[in-house]
Amino acid sequence: MTMTQPPPSLPPPSSRPPMAVPIRVDAAASRAGGGDGEAPAPKPAVELRDVSVYYGSFRAVRNVTFDAPANAITALIGPSGSGKSTLLRAINRMNDLIPGARTEGEVLYHGQNLYAPDVDPVEVRRRIGMVFQKPNPFPKSIYDNVAFGPRINGFKGNLDELVEQSLRRAVLWDEVKDKLRQSGLALSGGQQQRLCIARAIAVEPEIILMDEPASALDPRSTLQIEELMAELRARYTIVIVTHNMQQAARASDYTVFLNMGEDRAGYIVERARTIDIFTNPKSQLTEDYVSGRFG
Amino acid sequence: MTAIASPVRTGSLRRTGADWMGLAFHGVLLLSLLVSLLILLTLIVDVVGRGAPVLAERGLDFLTSPTSSRPAQAGVAQGIFGTLMMAALVALLAFPIGILTAIYLEEYASDSRLTRLINVNIRNLAGVPSVVYGLLGLAIFVIALRDVTGGRSMIAGGITLAILVLPIVIITSAEAIRSVPRSLREAGYGVGASRWEVTRLLVLPSAAPGILTGTVLSLSRALGETAPLILAGAVLGGFSTGSKDIVEQIFGRYTVLPVTIFDWARRPQADFRELTAAAIVVLLVVTLLANAIAIYLRNRYEGAR
Repeated sequence: MTMTQPPPSLPPPSSRPPMAVPIRVDAAASRAGGGDGEAPAPKPAVELRDVSVYYGSFRAVRNVTFDAPANAITALIGPSGSGKSTLLRAINRMNDLIPGARTEGEVLYHGQNLYAPDVDPVEVRRRIGMVFQKPNPFPKSIYDNVAFGPRINGFKGNLDELVEQSLRRAVLWDEVKDKLRQSGLALSGGQQQRLCIARAIAVEPEIILMDEPASALDPRSTLQIEELMAELRARYTIVIVTHNMQQAARASDYTVFLNMGEDRAGYIVERARTIDIFTNPKSQLTEDYVSGRFG
Repeated sequence: MTAIASPVRTGSLRRTGADWMGLAFHGVLLLSLLVSLLILLTLIVDVVGRGAPVLAERGLDFLTSPTSSRPAQAGVAQGIFGTLMMAALVALLAFPIGILTAIYLEEYASDSRLTRLINVNIRNLAGVPSVVYGLLGLAIFVIALRDVTGGRSMIAGGITLAILVLPIVIITSAEAIRSVPRSLREAGYGVGASRWEVTRLLVLPSAAPGILTGTVLSLSRALGETAPLILAGAVLGGFSTGSKDIVEQIFGRYTVLPVTIFDWARRPQADFRELTAAAIVVLLVVTLLANAIAIYLRNRYEGAR
């Protein structure tokens, strides 16, 4: 890979992970080779500690603690209003952009609190990328969509190569390789969403957050996105919000079930391996939700 | 069967009667359109009909002669020059300040009580009659700052016009920026762009066509203004520019097409009526040209994206 990393200005620099590919490939390989059994606790990519998010005086999420293990897919499920998206956006400080939003608690990334006063949210978002509910390509060409992130981050290598590699990883290359100069908005919805994934991948994040990435797509495109996630897992840590329980069951390794409390704030009911959540939940609430009895 | 009866299960599908109300509404709409078109057409036919002979007879001479009290020699050269210079001064002064203010208000300022107060007052300023801005220009740029501006000078008039259209530029630019969807900004932030990068690379290109439309509308407005410039020093009647040096001209005496039209329209000689019509035709052409250039620029910009 010819990618040069942006200067590590997220302090302290020594705590920044080596983003060398082999380590992550190894992790994925070990998990693929029987990692689904009783394995030692997986290394977390991001740890939420007692996180609460407020919009003004309204508390949207209350005291949430969970880990998202590295090179795994963690799904956040729960009924409307349970704070799934809010929580997801707390992980890369996207809520900072909403006037009046405030986050309490700690989000630990390689041991460092992302909400510490000296952390630059822009740097955070370079390492923790995001794919949104509605495909939102830039009104630019397919090529420029993917190249946007590397360009602003001072990428010095071969941009053509990086664009191709990102589009290949997003399983979009074969469909667009002959029309890279065409507008990204001319693609179909499913292709647009994969373009957005390629755009996120191009800045080489360690974690990719996905906010209901398939909810605006048809079933075929949804399946493509899920297959894509399974491939990306080898290289990235994925946290996904989904309304679709089948999707969580099919595509994720770990599931966090959130519910809306009496005070209308979201809280965690249960967090476990996906298979346990769906077959052997500890909480009656979880069982009711995953079996479709409420929500 | 206990099915709920559908209200239109039986009966023929043929039209039973004419929709009179709908037809009447359609007619009213068409009539409104025709009335405005007719007024515009009358105006243009009348002005062109009276002005065309002068333009045909005098030709280039009318466009290149200075104002004069003798109708046979009077021309609009100084008016055209003044109007074009006003356009340049407004574009140079009002556009950057106005657009930057709009960016600040929409992208940078926090949504505080002060910001809202400022927003409301900019809207109020846009509604202030233009003659009031003329008085402001007279008091400040013509009288108080006469050592800097040279008194009744082109620059004094240009600054006055720039202040006049500034609120309009701010409002239209801010609206164009506000209409950029939040998802586009989030997409930019999501790949690690800073606010400056999101604003420069994503928001402004998307808002540019709207900003351009707004600024051109404000420019057309500025080019048609008469009253504030009469107060802010535009010359009624003949004058000699004296110098050919553009800097000296900016700080010297000036007039603009609307002021020339006003001047000629109130003169008693019958010949000046035809000259007035001809000058109006010239002003219309200048304004339409400015609009055409802006539309061309906007289309090119939209096409490039």
